[in-house]
Amino acid sequence: MNTFSIKNVLKKNVMAIALFVIYIFFTIMTQGMMFTSSNVASLIDQKAYVYILGAGMLMCMLTGGNIDLSVGSFLCFAGAVAGVFSVIWYINTPLSLLLVLGVGLVYGAVLGFLIAYVRIPPWIATLAGYLAFRGLATQILVKVSETSAISNFPEEFLHLFSGKILTAPVFQFKIESLLMWLNIPCLVLGVLATAAVTFINFSTRAKKVKKGYEADPTWFVAVKSVIEGAIILVLSFKFAQEGDIAFEEINGSTVEVFKGGIPVVVLWLIAILLIYGIITEKTTIGRHFMTVGGNAETAKLSGINNKLVMFAAYLNMSVLTVLAALIVTARFSSANAFAGQNFEMDAIAACIVGGVSAYGGSGSIMGMVIGATLIGVIDQGMSLMQIDQDWIKIVKGLVLLAAVVFEIVSKQGGNNPFKSIIEKFSKNKKQKK
Amino acid sequence: MAKVLLEMKSITKTFPGVKALDNVNLKVEEGEIHALVGENGAGKSTLMNVLSGIYPIGTYEGDIVYDGEVCEFHNIKDSEKKGIVIIHQELALIPYMTIGENMFLGNEQGKKWCIDWNKTYAEADKYLEMVGLTDSSKTLIKDIGTGKQQLVEIAKALAKNARLLILDEPTSSLNETDSRALLDLMKKLQKEQGMTMIIISHKLNEVSYVADKITVVRDGSTIETMNSKDEEISEARIIKGMVGREITDRFPKRHDVPIGDVMMEVKNWTVFHPEFAERKVVDDVSINVRSGEVVGIYGLMGAGRTELAMSIFGRSYGIGISGKLFLRGKEVTLKSPKKAIAAGLAYVTEDRKGNGLVLSNSIKTNTTLANLKAISTATFIDKDKEYQVADEYKQKLRTKTPSVEQLVGNLSGGNQQKVLLAKWMFADPDVLILDEPTRGIDVGAKYEIYCIINDLAKAGKSVIMISSELPEVIGMSDRIYIMNQAKIVGEMKASDATQENIMSCIVGVGGESEGSEA
Repeated sequence: MNTFSIKNVLKKNVMAIALFVIYIFFTIMTQGMMFTSSNVASLIDQKAYVYILGAGMLMCMLTGGNIDLSVGSFLCFAGAVAGVFSVIWYINTPLSLLLVLGVGLVYGAVLGFLIAYVRIPPWIATLAGYLAFRGLATQILVKVSETSAISNFPEEFLHLFSGKILTAPVFQFKIESLLMWLNIPCLVLGVLATAAVTFINFSTRAKKVKKGYEADPTWFVAVKSVIEGAIILVLSFKFAQEGDIAFEEINGSTVEVFKGGIPVVVLWLIAILLIYGIITEKTTIGRHFMTVGGNAETAKLSGINNKLVMFAAYLNMSVLTVLAALIVTARFSSANAFAGQNFEMDAIAACIVGGVSAYGGSGSIMGMVIGATLIGVIDQGMSLMQIDQDWIKIVKGLVLLAAVVFEIVSKQGGNNPFKSIIEKFSKNKKQKK
Repeated sequence: MAKVLLEMKSITKTFPGVKALDNVNLKVEEGEIHALVGENGAGKSTLMNVLSGIYPIGTYEGDIVYDGEVCEFHNIKDSEKKGIVIIHQELALIPYMTIGENMFLGNEQGKKWCIDWNKTYAEADKYLEMVGLTDSSKTLIKDIGTGKQQLVEIAKALAKNARLLILDEPTSSLNETDSRALLDLMKKLQKEQGMTMIIISHKLNEVSYVADKITVVRDGSTIETMNSKDEEISEARIIKGMVGREITDRFPKRHDVPIGDVMMEVKNWTVFHPEFAERKVVDDVSINVRSGEVVGIYGLMGAGRTELAMSIFGRSYGIGISGKLFLRGKEVTLKSPKKAIAAGLAYVTEDRKGNGLVLSNSIKTNTTLANLKAISTATFIDKDKEYQVADEYKQKLRTKTPSVEQLVGNLSGGNQQKVLLAKWMFADPDVLILDEPTRGIDVGAKYEIYCIINDLAKAGKSVIMISSELPEVIGMSDRIYIMNQAKIVGEMKASDATQENIMSCIVGVGGESEGSEA
């Protein structure tokens, strides 16, 4: 029996569709400003940390709606520590990176131990970290620097987490008629990714058909591939366009030089999202996380080590926080005491809006990405419309609430409260008549 | 003749797929202690839930006539207003509140917006004295034992001006002395205050000690009411009423299944309660099971059957576990469910929603959960293989569902049970412990589950089937252990077993304790 139906597909992708509609809305409202290459690029570039922290937060939330409030403060602390190692103590970059990672592992292990084995409620254990690390980071920065910020990071450090690669003139190409520069590697990456996605879509279907399993119809796989490919190609095209144009003197003549390239952050994002996408969807590790969140007792009696799963969730979160700290620090080429403020809330909101269950047991990387992007789009769109920050916050809060209500009501199916209220109301009306 | 305080007239209550109560009639006179007895699932608790408004008017058929008028209870508050108070088996007290606070929870003393604590504690002390408790009402609940907690529950009910007190298994978590004290209190309340009480109990010796009248409930109907004034009610007499059911061919036969060597053996197994560390929930139990054999463990709820099973299965229940466990003659120590599964054990829980399945997940993921290794390489799950496995079991066990992608939460009880069985069959164990495998599922599905059990035995597996349904235990087992009050009180071949001699094993324990016979 084939259970494929368009209704189910739409139901499953309701958030993606909402994102698309909202994006179009803001593009129209800003007279296309949303869709310029610099705005498209900054939507991803600026919010890279949300996606990375979101991946970690997703793993925590899967185990039963548990969150990590210490993310923002620890990110600030990790940045400060990286600065101390790299800038103040002149430790070479590979070693200082290893040391910061070590700090992350130690904190993650302690936190994981407290939560999983001492059974301290996660929000309390991480609330302690939220308070302590902000203070600790500020103290460190004040002690080592008069401006209470560490800058002058070594170039090699910065290049690992920010900037662009493949920026040499040989990789650039100009469409003379449009006066448009494009970075060739960006386009190549986009084309390769599109090809990969299409190939995976079709080969998965072919495998299923070969083994006689239920598979989506060919036309649907084709449409899906076209949509996904189009999104990737548009993004890569926008990134290819992005870059400064400078005029340099070469051999006595002034030459227009375009500095396009593949943003390092994008590569990090692709790597992290792919890894965590695979972990959650395709491995027993992901299955264990989901089961602990779905029903902890069942998980225990099925031979899953619940405590180890909880421990791993928070260890993992701290490691990803270190990565996000390095990316954020490199982006501003400075570690300061205000870094990472409210980042934990951004990550939690991304998960919630992205359909990750607030009670654990279900959620996906793709959902989290859509959630993070949706919030990013609202943020950027309203800012471009020059709407006051306070109103942006109000709207974001309402979106978050709506997402949770939607998730819970849609799960309740038959006995959802709105339905019964409406039914009662209409019954009363009828009776009055 | 005394005035009739309560009359329940032809009460019928249906749950999806199951008729829990079928035309039940119950008459309780003022000032009497009326006992309801029957097997698990006979419908006693359902009947009391109807009476107390937990199942509101409209969800059942029939009338409740109380104090001369027909009542319509929409919730517990309605019935409490009339003086009908139910004390559940699971105590509903909050450990970190004082006795006084607990007693007046939802019934706070003083003005609407301000609790009068002096009045609260004074009143509380008054009622505590009535039930013979000398502790101060300012003591925290967690600091008094379960026996006293049960008394607090009664005091709480008195504080609500109860006229009809319903006690659901009040002594199930009490020791001998506390139980006797409670029963004496019931008699005292009856004598001094003319309180009317309904007691639900499995302990027949207690019932015959305390009750004026005994009504037997069986398969959702009231069978008979015995009056202690008219006749001497012996326990045997009650059992006759409770059982009275013939075993027909509701059980598929196993032909020519060779019974092999001892597969698993448990010796001198003792387990203590995880919260009340002084309470033994399994007491010096020794049992064994052979390959190809179906061993039944019969016992009423609270006898320690589930505790025994779970403590064997990787110590997933209890503390201070002592005793030896042998698999194929070799002693093993299984410290976690993971190790138990690896050693070839499977525990199919009685509580499939609570700790057996993940309701929000698909049939597919539930089926493979206990043996993910078999469908994955280096942690990568082969989803095609997973689908194949789940579909195979779906067909083998005839699970009724359009697709294995269906969420388990959407299935009927019988089909959920099949998914649970599939999960543990896929784990490929040598020993399966089935805890109440047919609880809450309809007759047709039961038969299918029995066939699956037979197939397992045919495949040379050892099956331990825990059940509180006598016909099921007798009809399905090769050998039967009888468990009561944490001990094994009897062992017999199924061919020798009758409902009467099994029940008399349980009654025989009454006061004096027998050692395990295994």
